[in-house]
Amino acid sequence: MLHIKCPHCGLRSQNEFSYGGDATVKRPELNKEVSDKDWDNFVYLRKSLIGKHLELWQHISGCRQWIKVERDTLTHEIFKTLKANEEV
Amino acid sequence: MQKYSVFSLIKNAFKGHKEWEVAWKDPTPKSEYDVIIIGGGGHGLATAYYLAKEHNITKVAIIEKGWIGGGNVGRNTTIIRSNYMHDENGLFSEFGMDLWRNMSQDLNFNVMFSPRGIINLAHSDAQMNVYSRRGNSMRLNGIDAVLLNREEVRKIIPMADFSENVRFPIFGGLMQPSAGTARHDAVAWGYARQADSMGVDIIQNCEVTGFDVYNGKILGIRTSKGDIKAKKIGLCVAGSTNILAEKLNMTLPIETHLLQACVSEPIKPILDNVVTFGAGHFYCSQSDKGEMVMGGDLDGYNSYAQRGNLPTLQHVLTEGIAMFPFLSKLKMLRTWGGIMDMSMDGSPIIDKTHIEGLYLNCGWCYGGFKATPASGWTFAHTIAQDRPHKLNAGYSLNRFSTGHLIDEKGLGTKTWIS
Repeated sequence: MLHIKCPHCGLRSQNEFSYGGDATVKRPELNKEVSDKDWDNFVYLRKSLIGKHLELWQHISGCRQWIKVERDTLTHEIFKTLKANEEV
Repeated sequence: MQKYSVFSLIKNAFKGHKEWEVAWKDPTPKSEYDVIIIGGGGHGLATAYYLAKEHNITKVAIIEKGWIGGGNVGRNTTIIRSNYMHDENGLFSEFGMDLWRNMSQDLNFNVMFSPRGIINLAHSDAQMNVYSRRGNSMRLNGIDAVLLNREEVRKIIPMADFSENVRFPIFGGLMQPSAGTARHDAVAWGYARQADSMGVDIIQNCEVTGFDVYNGKILGIRTSKGDIKAKKIGLCVAGSTNILAEKLNMTLPIETHLLQACVSEPIKPILDNVVTFGAGHFYCSQSDKGEMVMGGDLDGYNSYAQRGNLPTLQHVLTEGIAMFPFLSKLKMLRTWGGIMDMSMDGSPIIDKTHIEGLYLNCGWCYGGFKATPASGWTFAHTIAQDRPHKLNAGYSLNRFSTGHLIDEKGLGTKTWIS
């Protein structure tokens, strides 16, 4: 069982959270010329490597806020949790 | 190569089983090969076998970081089926079914292919409609499909929960009678033994540490046992695809996730078929040893751990008990996990890449084991002919940017819920 420290609510068990994927992908900016390649990168292409992974989780059975979690994909150690609008 | 038969068994029994030939050798790598296959799992071994058998390319090496068959081919729930709706998946998998049916004879190795039938349970009228549509699509592609009503399902699996007041009552199901299971380790060993006998070098405990790429062409690989040259290199590494892609400066439409499976203690024969729960994600069959073999959802976040987390197992087995209440009485014997190359549309990739001579075989999601022969056959063709076969033409790498997705489940790009 993962234990995730929600920046709003404190340490909670994994069961309260819902996963949201890689937090480093950036949506292409609105009202700008966006190439197919840019969309491809945003929608489909992922690094998904071994080691530190910055990812989104939603505290769905708690405060319902989206948060960022920095976690190791091999050991599952959680290094850091942030509010969704914070940068590492 | 020594042929396995009842006569060789008797002959060797008289000699105390001390004179069997080794099934495959343990060669040191040569400095150059015509083709290098990275990954000694089912798909890699099958690819090498079909390169030698169908294309007469025998100067081939399989490079495996651990030992052959130690990854997902030894970690799956052994289900073999072709019950897909989309043409690309259906025709590819049904081609594989033909290879499965002849595999034991072809490899001279008993893979214990058991076409016991798979039943996908339906729990609503809407789901019956969806299954009816899928079944019709399957039949149009020459795949056997039978739509069962509640009573027909009850005759086949009377031990399922048919009470009236359950949350997800059984309305019926879609059955593919020709689907089944096989002994997964035997598949890896059978392909390895035949490939070895035709001249393929199986090199174990050898990690790929880098690639030699010059002017957009692949020249060779760097490994823990030295540099090896080859003009054609095939990547067949499932959950480790992203790690090797990083060394090639490629980013792929794949994420690596963990899938668990488990077996119960062995019990007397009760379940003849493979059965899947339609209101969640749970599948179950009974092994020849009597264990109930079970699996379900991914752990739900990117993982390379090859070892699972209990909340997912609890969730999956809750679904199992909803379907087969008797499972609640059983003790768990073993659980394990494997890392899946989850593609963004749930379908695999077997294609060339932008690097000349580099070929990619990945994105198998849950469905890698059953695809072993068809994947090896089509990947061997793609490498030997330098172009995809029509069976894997749809499994292209650029289908994501061109919009030609093969999204069997219609789930979009959330790999962790597919």
